[in-house]
Order: sequence, then structure tokens, then C-alpha cells
Amino acid sequence: MSTVEIRKLHKSFGKLEVLKGIDFSVESGQVVCVIGPSGSGKSTLLRCVNLLEQPTSGQVFVDGIELTHPDVDIDAARRRLGMVFQQFNLFSHLTVLRNVAIAQERVLKRSRAEAVRVARENLEKVGLSEKAESYPAQLSGGQQQRVAIARALAMNPSLMLFDEPTSALDPELVGDVLQVMRKLAEDGMTMLVVTHEMGFAREVADRVVFMDQGVIVEDGPPEQVISAPQHDRTREFLHRVLHPGV
Amino acid sequence: MADQQAAASPQRRLSPRQKQRISRGIQYGVLLVIVVVLALLADWPAIKESFLSSKVAGEGLPALFTVALKNTVIYTISGFVIGFALGLVLALMRQSSVAPYRWIAAGYVEVFRGLPALLIFLLIGSLPLAFPGFQVPGEVYGQAALGLGVVSAAYMAETFRAGLQAVPKGQMEAARSLGMPHMRAMVSIVIPQAIRIVIPPLTNELVLLFKDSSLVLFLGVTASQVELAKFGNDQASTFANPTPILVSGLTYLLITIPLGYAARRLEARQGASR
Repeated sequence: MSTVEIRKLHKSFGKLEVLKGIDFSVESGQVVCVIGPSGSGKSTLLRCVNLLEQPTSGQVFVDGIELTHPDVDIDAARRRLGMVFQQFNLFSHLTVLRNVAIAQERVLKRSRAEAVRVARENLEKVGLSEKAESYPAQLSGGQQQRVAIARALAMNPSLMLFDEPTSALDPELVGDVLQVMRKLAEDGMTMLVVTHEMGFAREVADRVVFMDQGVIVEDGPPEQVISAPQHDRTREFLHRVLHPGV
Repeated sequence: MADQQAAASPQRRLSPRQKQRISRGIQYGVLLVIVVVLALLADWPAIKESFLSSKVAGEGLPALFTVALKNTVIYTISGFVIGFALGLVLALMRQSSVAPYRWIAAGYVEVFRGLPALLIFLLIGSLPLAFPGFQVPGEVYGQAALGLGVVSAAYMAETFRAGLQAVPKGQMEAARSLGMPHMRAMVSIVIPQAIRIVIPPLTNELVLLFKDSSLVLFLGVTASQVELAKFGNDQASTFANPTPILVSGLTYLLITIPLGYAARRLEARQGASR
């Protein structure tokens, strides 16, 4: 059974059709990177997987449960999905530790002691144990993003969604976040990553999906999609990304 | 070009700095004249006798603080608590997906911002006329809290609305993505941040309420329920001397100036942390 399966997904904002019939799936343990020019619909696709955007039509299955079914408890379903945002979105009024603990307590009904234990474990994993008592504003962008990853991991998701996790970071901070993501992939986490980091995609991804204008143009192993693209649009995009300014 | 002109007529042309100096000199001169004229015209002994009589001022103590100021603070805080709670509910109603809630909240804000607070107090005072035997619980204290509460709720609703809108959308999305239901996310994540954002304007609202508590005098209060403004006025009648009014005015300032200062400090600190 696929961890994620998407069937005939369409999404329009008013008259603008952003997703024009997407079919694809992510197998358990796979790392799938979604690449493509801005406006291609890749972030919208990701946000449709946990229903932050309501699809206009089509179906989304996670662990075999149809999230797009009208009777599904979306809050319960979202617990299976960790999400990491471009802008981190840490809760600015809470300490790092509370950021990672609060949803465990409020959603999973873990005791405070248990939530704090799990929070510390996950902060350790992203290398930020010593920042537990800091507030988000006191951290660098890279540190904030690693806390955001820890926050999502603390919910024991079966799938992690990353929406351009390094796009808002200063270049020298990108490496730390990618390192954490790489380790996660090695540990067998199922990941769906929208990214512009071609190096990461090439090294870590099991599959790379190239999207353009609301459709999937190409889907395959990185050595194929990135190194030997079959389609002109893919070639053109990669050329622009890999040789900026040429 | 400018040099040439200055050289051509060195006598008549004033430099901008000279003009500025002359203009400032004139302004000081006018101020001095006004102050001197007022000082000469004023009847200082009469002013001292009427407004600065230490004997009359002393008569008001300690009731000025133990009764009048205490009551003013009670009216203000109870009104603020009601206004805070009701204002927050109204602000949330304005964001509701149920249209009638939005209409009710918008209508409330329009009505209670548009009416003089005095009229609300007169209305509350005359409720027993409409419903014989009806009493607002807590008598004058309850009526005052209600009056100040319903009026300030309208203003606080707008403040809270701005605060809620100022919380980035990503905060709600992050909370929802962790599986929090909408209500839980509002209570745990969005509202606490909104309240932080609106602390400075709410402090200003507290200052306004503190002053508006003087309207309680229209509810008809007993000696033990009296607040600062009525206290000053009553004392002034008793002693046929307006000094007590000035004294209660100073007592208001004792609270409002530090509060206003605190509000500006909070605002500045918040501005810096963003």
C-alpha cells in the first residue's frame, strides 16, 4: 500500500487552474522530491496532501484512508502527516520546547512529562537540545527550521511534507537543515519534498518529479530526471537552475 | 548661481539660518507677551483661594483615596473585564463562517461606538422603568460594570480583530497541520499571540475607561459608591469652593499619565521586537 496516493487531483483558485489532473503516489520509505518552476503548482500539490488546500476534485489517500472523503476526520488524519513550511511558522509566543510539546499534549493527549521527553528526544535529533528554553525569535532561520522539523517529528508521522524548507534561509544555513533531512531519509522516513536544491534531490531522492503548469511532466529516478531528462521543458528548467545567468 | 546673487546684494539677502533665528525670536516674544499679560490680568488671590485651598483639599482626605479612587478603580476594572471578554467574543464572531454572527458583531460595534457612553448609562439607569422590579446584580457596581463593559467591548472588539488579523496565517496553518482542530488552534496558538499584539492599545483603552468611569455619577450613587468626579463635585458644593474638583482631576492624572506612559513603552518595545 502506498503511503500517499493521489488520483485525478484538480485545484483551482477562482478561474485559475493550478493543478490540472495529478496522479501519483509515494511508497513507504521513499523520498520524493518535487521540482519545477515557480507557479508550477508544486506547493499547492503538497498543501493538497494534508488538505491545507481543499482540492477542487480528485482523491487523496494517506495510508489507505481517503482524506478527501467528506466523512473523514481531517484533524485525526493530519496527525499522520508532518509538515515543514518555507517560513518555519514556529509558534512565536512559546519556547522551543513548548513548540515541540504542545500538539503532543493537546492532540495526542500525551502527559506533559511524556511530551517533554519526546520533545527533548527530537530536539536532540536535530541538534538543538541546548535551545530548548529559547524563543523562536532568538534563533537563526536554520535553527528555527530544524525546530519545525522536530515539532513535526514529535507527532510520529508516517509521512513528512517539506514545502521549500530551505528557500527562506541564508545560503550558509541551508546545509544544516539539509543535513537533518538527509539523516531522516537514511532512517527510513517517507518524505515528499518540494525543493530547489538539486544537489539534495540528486543525492537523497528515490524519485524526482518535475512539474510544470499544473501537470507532472516527468517522474523517475534522479539520475534520469535530473541527469538525462526526457522532456524539453525539464531540460530547459534544469538548464536555468543549474546554470543561472547563462 | 546662489553665490552670485548673494554677492550682488549682500545687504538685503538673509541666509536661511538667519531667517530661522528671527522667526524663532518672534515666537518667543509672542509667548512672553501672552504669559505676562495673563499673569497681570489674573486675580491670583482669588485663584489661590478657589482652586488651591489646602484647607479644603485636606477635608477630602482620606476619603479621596479610600473611597473615591478605590471606587473609580473598581468601576474601571470591572468594566474592563466585561469589555475584554465581550470584545474578544465579538471579534471572534466577526471572523465566523456563520454570516449572522458576523452581522450581529458588526452591528453591535457600529451601534455602541456610535452612541455617547452617557446615553448608555442613562439607559441602564432607567431599566427598572421598563421592567419594574428588575435589578442589575451588584446594584451600582453591576450597572457601572455593565455600562462601561458594553461600551468598551465595541472598541476592544475592533482592537482584537486587528490583533487576530495581525497573527500570520502560517501560525494557524502550522497548528492545523499538527492535527489541532480549528477551535483548539485559536485558543492555544492564535488568541494568545493576538492578545500580546493588542496589549498597548488595550492599555490605552484602560485609560479611556478610567476617565469614562466618571459617568457612573449619572446612575445615582450613595456616598460609599462615589467615584472621583462626583466626589470632587460634592466636596466643592459642600465647601462652596472648587478646589476639590482640581484635586480629583490631579488624582485622575496620577493614574492616567503613568498608564499612558506604560502603553507607549509597551508599544515601543513591541515595535522593536518585530
